[in-house]
Amino acid sequence: MNIILSNSSSDPIYIQILNQIRQSILSGELRAGDSLPSIRQLAKDLQISVITTKRAYEELEKEKLIDSVAGKGCFVSGANKDFIREQRMKLLEEKLIDIIRESKELSMSRQNLIDHLTLLFEEEQKP
Amino acid sequence: MNAIELRNLTKAYPQFTVDHVSLEVKKGFITGLIGPNGVGKSTLIKMMLGMVRPDSGSVKILGLDMPKDELEIKQRIGIVSDDCFYYEHLTVSDSMKMIAPFYKKWNEKKFNRYLEQFELSPKKKVEDLSKGMKVKFSLAIALSHEAELLIMDEPTSGLDPVFRRELLDLLADMMQDENNSIIFSTHITTDLDRVADYIAFINRGKLVFNEAKDEVLDRYAILKGDQQLLDSDVRNKFVGIRETAVGFEGLVDNRQEAEQLFGNYVVFNKPSLEDIMYFTAKGGRIHA
Repeated sequence: MNIILSNSSSDPIYIQILNQIRQSILSGELRAGDSLPSIRQLAKDLQISVITTKRAYEELEKEKLIDSVAGKGCFVSGANKDFIREQRMKLLEEKLIDIIRESKELSMSRQNLIDHLTLLFEEEQKP
Repeated sequence: MNAIELRNLTKAYPQFTVDHVSLEVKKGFITGLIGPNGVGKSTLIKMMLGMVRPDSGSVKILGLDMPKDELEIKQRIGIVSDDCFYYEHLTVSDSMKMIAPFYKKWNEKKFNRYLEQFELSPKKKVEDLSKGMKVKFSLAIALSHEAELLIMDEPTSGLDPVFRRELLDLLADMMQDENNSIIFSTHITTDLDRVADYIAFINRGKLVFNEAKDEVLDRYAILKGDQQLLDSDVRNKFVGIRETAVGFEGLVDNRQEAEQLFGNYVVFNKPSLEDIMYFTAKGGRIHA
């Protein structure tokens, strides 16, 4: 997982961290049980205040995306599966809408697109 | 739990006075002590270390009383200062041999590792070290006896930007242990303040604030706009205003109130700690 902070962003730094970790969890890059860098390690790596990283983690905890275990560190939570699935479905839908728009520009019919998708789907299934 | 507790610390000099300063430095965090030159930062630090006797008030370090428990306190703290207080005619390694026995938890391996990392030759005499090298040397000493509290007085003033950045990593390494704390004073507020958790601002011998850095930067704002907006009521809302022929620039310490008052008539900018220092130190009206 990468966290890239921008000085020119209008978002405060803790929000930038929050958004990027949330994105990594929703995209599936980070999975339930994966460990996150400790608050102090992350502050060191990003050369920022411990208070800032702590705040970002606290927000993620509130959203039930991560759990902090005393003495062990922070982990991606498994508790919020439905929410994560819902968010990933939303992302998928957005991509599908892009595909529909693209197919319209190529003047493909609905059936045409479905046939194409079915074909690709079957190809993916093959070993 | 506080690493340092100052209560009503007062010291009067003919030129200026450190005036009833009460300050708590939180354990587990980095606190930056900022302020212009000559406002009492160094005096405050010297009083913490027992190098200057306060006229009144009390100093507690790591829960122990200064000067009663000075010996134990000094075992557990590391000091890096702009002034070099080592014997100039000794070599680095002879200085180390003299200093090491004073510390119960001296770690020679660690010390040698730092010498190597800082590219300090053990055979060099202290007087032949450059200013930056002297700071590195005292940092090596400070980090080699398992100090829980690092007190640094203007540590970066003699350092080049490359080592200033390296220093950030060294400090962050120390802060991986949440029982450790760091306080540093500085008037250069650009690099070390990146990692500071709390900022204590001293001006003219008084504590202006001691708050989490993010809160300070959220609370203050720089406003820029037309001079016509400024009447005497409005002026009172500012900590400091700089007025020129082409507009004004001012600092407020209550962003929300200012947003309600000025709305879209002025431009709001996020201040830097330097802005806050400048406008607070100058105060009132600044003509440019």
